[in-house]
Amino acid sequence: MAETNTKNQILSQAGDATGNELPAIRVSNLVKTFGNKFALNRVSFDVKKGEFLTIFGPNGAGKTTLIRILSTISTATSGEITLYGLSPHKHATQIRRQIGVIAHQTFLYDDLTAEENLRFYGRLYSVQGLPAKIEQIITDVGLHLRRRDRVRTFSRGMQQRLSIARAMLHDPALLLLDEPYTGLDQHASEMLSGWLRRLRSANRTTLMVTHDLERGVDLADRIAILTNGKLVFDQKRSQITPDSFRDTYYEFVEKSG
Amino acid sequence: MMNKVAVILWKDLLTEIRSKEMVFSMLVFSLMVAVIFNFSFPPGSDFIQDAAPGILWMTFIFASLLGMNRTFVYEVDKGCMQGLMLAPIDRIVIYISKLLVNFIFITLVELIALPLFGIFFKLDVLTSPGQLALVMLVSTLGFTIIGTLFSAIAVNTKTREVMLPILHFPVSIPVIICAVQATTAIFQEQAWSVVWGWTKIVIFFDVIFFIVAFWTFEFILEE
Repeated sequence: MAETNTKNQILSQAGDATGNELPAIRVSNLVKTFGNKFALNRVSFDVKKGEFLTIFGPNGAGKTTLIRILSTISTATSGEITLYGLSPHKHATQIRRQIGVIAHQTFLYDDLTAEENLRFYGRLYSVQGLPAKIEQIITDVGLHLRRRDRVRTFSRGMQQRLSIARAMLHDPALLLLDEPYTGLDQHASEMLSGWLRRLRSANRTTLMVTHDLERGVDLADRIAILTNGKLVFDQKRSQITPDSFRDTYYEFVEKSG
Repeated sequence: MMNKVAVILWKDLLTEIRSKEMVFSMLVFSLMVAVIFNFSFPPGSDFIQDAAPGILWMTFIFASLLGMNRTFVYEVDKGCMQGLMLAPIDRIVIYISKLLVNFIFITLVELIALPLFGIFFKLDVLTSPGQLALVMLVSTLGFTIIGTLFSAIAVNTKTREVMLPILHFPVSIPVIICAVQATTAIFQEQAWSVVWGWTKIVIFFDVIFFIVAFWTFEFILEE
């Protein structure tokens, strides 16, 4: 019930005073500094509801910092962020209910079984009808037969599938993906892409940060480039071919040094 | 809030029961210290009678540091800390659950080690079991409150194994001194008022430490 109320509250705030639909994510002049170093320098962009935005960037570009701020784990030095019209600073708990994060780290406990890991996260998120939901989602990710095995016995690909189940268990409206392909073999990567396509077709808003050009372009509605903490490129996927984007990307990365 | 504390507590108890990393290392350390002191000083001598409370508490504190160092290491090494921080719960829920799990495991180790200390040092540890239990509970709580907070700081440093004792000892000195004095009073069968006088100071520090932890933990976790 609590979760439904929160969801309704967020959906009711999905339009502004003029009746225009608010973007799922709005970032304006976002700055994050560590000492004298700018991790993010006046970054601004919107992500519409249901849109899939991929942000590319080399190591140290500020991609993970951006995801950490959007997911309410870290705070910005300055600038404004709203997620479904809510400020992560003021409504952190409400927003966290609506966010699912898949990263290269799985956030899973090696000494718990697959089922126990999902039960743990499900209880933290107060998921209603948890046993049935776990049964369903663990079947969806193809781990039903291994549900009572400890995670430490799983391959990297299986762990990442379970990580998808963990992130989707509370049915988040917004997915944040931080280098989700890192460490996956070809088969596991294909499986992850298939899952992300399914989630995309369910009209879920997704923001992925990666340096995997091929997979990132393939899935996105919009693509952007972040280098040295600055957003230097932002275009619709339909307006650029993968080959020309590759050239553009390397050009920006070389310029950034 | 308390049901979320219970969820994290359940997870931590289950992982510790399976891995046995924390309790096992604390217990082995405590027993080794007891054995070493038993060989170093004649059991039942006047010296050991006088030094026993100090040896006992220093053993428990060093052992607890071994355990508390693991509190957040497990979460951070596996990336699970981020998973906890993403959950729709107040940060203090994470702190309270970690505090409780540390307190449970350290108390468990103390319960096992105390009778063995009694046997090795020929001490009557059951002179005043109620008083000793009270002193042990509030003192253990005191250094666990501060140790859990500092382990969250130490875990993000390169020298985290060394950092926790360096941070912990200067702050927990009042609790250690009072715990030793209260335990000495119990072993020497002094009046309850003497024991209670030292215990009250420990309780005072417990409250202060918890207030500080309550207000600072969110900041520590995020930065």
